[in-house]
Amino acid sequence: MTMTIPNSGQILQRYGIFIALFVMCLTLAVISENFLSTRNILNVLRQTSINGILAIGMTFVILTRGIDLSVGSVVAFAGLVAASLATTSATGMVGNGPYPALLAIAVGMAVGMACGAVSGVIVSRFHVPAFVATLGMLSAARGMALIYSGGRPIPSLTEEFRWIGTGSVGGIPVPIFLLLGTFAVAHFVLTQTRFGRHVYAVGGNPHAAKVSGLPVRRIRFTVYVIAGALAGLAGMVLAARTGSALPQAGIAYELDAIAAVVIGGTSLAGGVGRVTGTLIGALLIGVMNNGLDLMGVESYYQQVIKGVLIVAAVMLDQSKNKQD
Amino acid sequence: MTPILEVERLAKSFSGVPALIDGRFRLEAGSVHALCGGNGAGKSTFLKIIMGLLERDAGTIRRNGHEVDFAGPSGALRNGIAIVEQELSPVPAMTAAENIYMGREPLRSFGRIDFATMNRRTQHLLDGFGFAIRATDLMMDLTIAQTQLVEIAKALSYDAEVIILDEPTSALGEAEAEHLFDAIATLKAKGKGLIYVSHRLSEVFSIADHYTVFRDGRFVEDGAIGDISKDQLIQLIVGRPLSEEFIKENTVGDQVVMRVQGLAAQRGVRDLSFQLHQGEILGLYGLMGAGRTEVLERLFGLSSETAGRIEIGGIEARILRPKDAIAAGLAFVTEDRKQTGLVLSGSVRENLCLSSLGKLSLGGWMQGKQEAESAANMIDVLKIKTAGDAMGVENLSGGNQQKVVLGKWFLTEPKILLLDEPTRGVDVGAKREIYRVMSDFARAGGAVIMVSSETDEILGMADRVIVLRDGHMAGELTREMLSAEELLRLAA
Repeated sequence: MTMTIPNSGQILQRYGIFIALFVMCLTLAVISENFLSTRNILNVLRQTSINGILAIGMTFVILTRGIDLSVGSVVAFAGLVAASLATTSATGMVGNGPYPALLAIAVGMAVGMACGAVSGVIVSRFHVPAFVATLGMLSAARGMALIYSGGRPIPSLTEEFRWIGTGSVGGIPVPIFLLLGTFAVAHFVLTQTRFGRHVYAVGGNPHAAKVSGLPVRRIRFTVYVIAGALAGLAGMVLAARTGSALPQAGIAYELDAIAAVVIGGTSLAGGVGRVTGTLIGALLIGVMNNGLDLMGVESYYQQVIKGVLIVAAVMLDQSKNKQD
Repeated sequence: MTPILEVERLAKSFSGVPALIDGRFRLEAGSVHALCGGNGAGKSTFLKIIMGLLERDAGTIRRNGHEVDFAGPSGALRNGIAIVEQELSPVPAMTAAENIYMGREPLRSFGRIDFATMNRRTQHLLDGFGFAIRATDLMMDLTIAQTQLVEIAKALSYDAEVIILDEPTSALGEAEAEHLFDAIATLKAKGKGLIYVSHRLSEVFSIADHYTVFRDGRFVEDGAIGDISKDQLIQLIVGRPLSEEFIKENTVGDQVVMRVQGLAAQRGVRDLSFQLHQGEILGLYGLMGAGRTEVLERLFGLSSETAGRIEIGGIEARILRPKDAIAAGLAFVTEDRKQTGLVLSGSVRENLCLSSLGKLSLGGWMQGKQEAESAANMIDVLKIKTAGDAMGVENLSGGNQQKVVLGKWFLTEPKILLLDEPTRGVDVGAKREIYRVMSDFARAGGAVIMVSSETDEILGMADRVIVLRDGHMAGELTREMLSAEELLRLAA
């Protein structure tokens, strides 16, 4: 039996993302005295929550070698449908609203799941590449959001509903609890349950999964439903935070979600990755945006820097694969 | 006694090409039944249908007398049939235990996987067979032999009644194989039925009770191993005497066109040395995994191994990438024309001209007329049956696709042709034409290295054969010494 002692390269690959986050936080703490204030930290976490929730759903999909480009559109569609049940304004209200927030939330989640289910069926049963199937859903869900709302925002959401975006418990904003709760459940499912291990198996070697008698189609289908449900949740948090749901909400959110997953070390080739990495990846993006804001860097430059970061993360991932 | 598995008249075609025409099999409980046949006999297709990995076109399968029809492997597994596939298929980033218990992981409260129990059971299983592997080892850290042992342990762990072992020893050393044979004996004593596929006939004679022979997709004969000799079995596998399907009009010259010394390639090919003469067709024979393809890949600069010296025309050729090989006058017709030989979405002309774009263009501009002439020339010389040079190659038959690949390389005017399974999936008529092309090429002063698993093809076409076994040269046979028996003896 041999003990393998990890060399510095391996340590960097394994904990690189933690180190990167730590170094970034340290630098920002030195540069800006505001960075480490409780207020700013809670602010970063709150801003990260929506992308974090989306990225966790995306992790499931990417682990099976898939991708979900539609989550940004689903954010808008599910947010609008939920808002239409929770608005006090005549614009966009459905039936004799407003309805209890729990009902609105349940329906919003269901809308997200339905969108995911359609993508999931197209990918798993009709063998359409995930890129294409979810590109279609990106367009279709955005269209449905515009149709449903008539292209107008749905304002004046009930206080009860807005709690999931603006409320706080013990001084900590509710969206942070939602993010951490989603993370805890996802982490448990992926590391501890059968379904979680099967997600890895389908992504790692679909043929082996099939020969082992796994319901490969059902697993592929389910990950899109999960991504859709979480997109629905994120859409409602977004609407609740701003107080109104917009048909233009969530444009390009899928890109930040994919970025968080990839920076977090999940391989686009499937089968390898952890939701912990995704959470850190989302935080890294959040901290970076915040830090660049604090330093007064224009948002245009922020996009360039984010782009460099994503590609650098994938290059690290590639060099890792080459060593194997 | 009702057989635990009985198969009749199983048939399967792939896009019109029959892979299995009449598959039959009777497996009794408590026995090891060898399924024998050459490459292309239809064994793998047969096993895949039994396992529910392929749908059959016709035929019946009965388990314990009841007709069954599996939609997928889960159905077969539930019905007590498990398989170790020839192509190893691990999930690399998972542990041995996770691979073995995939789909039936032991659970504890809240649907959590009981990793401790899973690892303990796996370790018990692996130790029981005498396999030196830890349950928590990641598959990607294991050697090929260890990977194979894990897959074997997995199939045995299903406690299935019917266990299919497709070339289970191809990556194993002798000691490891012995552990496997012990395990097989134990299972047999427990009343299980095992279907054993192996090219190594000595294994078949030492562990099997019955044999069934397939040839060219058809059932040929079955019986008890005790009633047949090894020579008789080889005769059944090899089948018909050589017919007139081969065309061979080349003569080997004295001039050495290629000299290889101490060559290394992937899959453990080491220290290979040989010469190739002008006008010669050199056969490269060996079992699956012996390193045949890897030798060609190395010669063509597609390998990460660089050890060894290659001389072409008396001058050392440093071949590190395909460009170097093409410049040195080599052409490589790969085994899988759809994956690596053709741009399937392209036309016949585009594919034919693909490797000679430099010659057919002027300062980056394609010379349409030259291109059309070259393509027309190849279509004519190789008798490619196509509606025109603009036709998409995906619409051609396998044989004509293969001729397009050959034509592509002929346009580069190579001196040495490397052919990997040149007639796989090609019908008899087109085969003959491909043999004609090979023969003409050698007769015109070229030289050919041909990898083939078809014994007939080697016997019919090669002037000399190098037999590889586990990456080493097991022997060299001149045309006078060549026989199917000798090839099998050296390879297995």
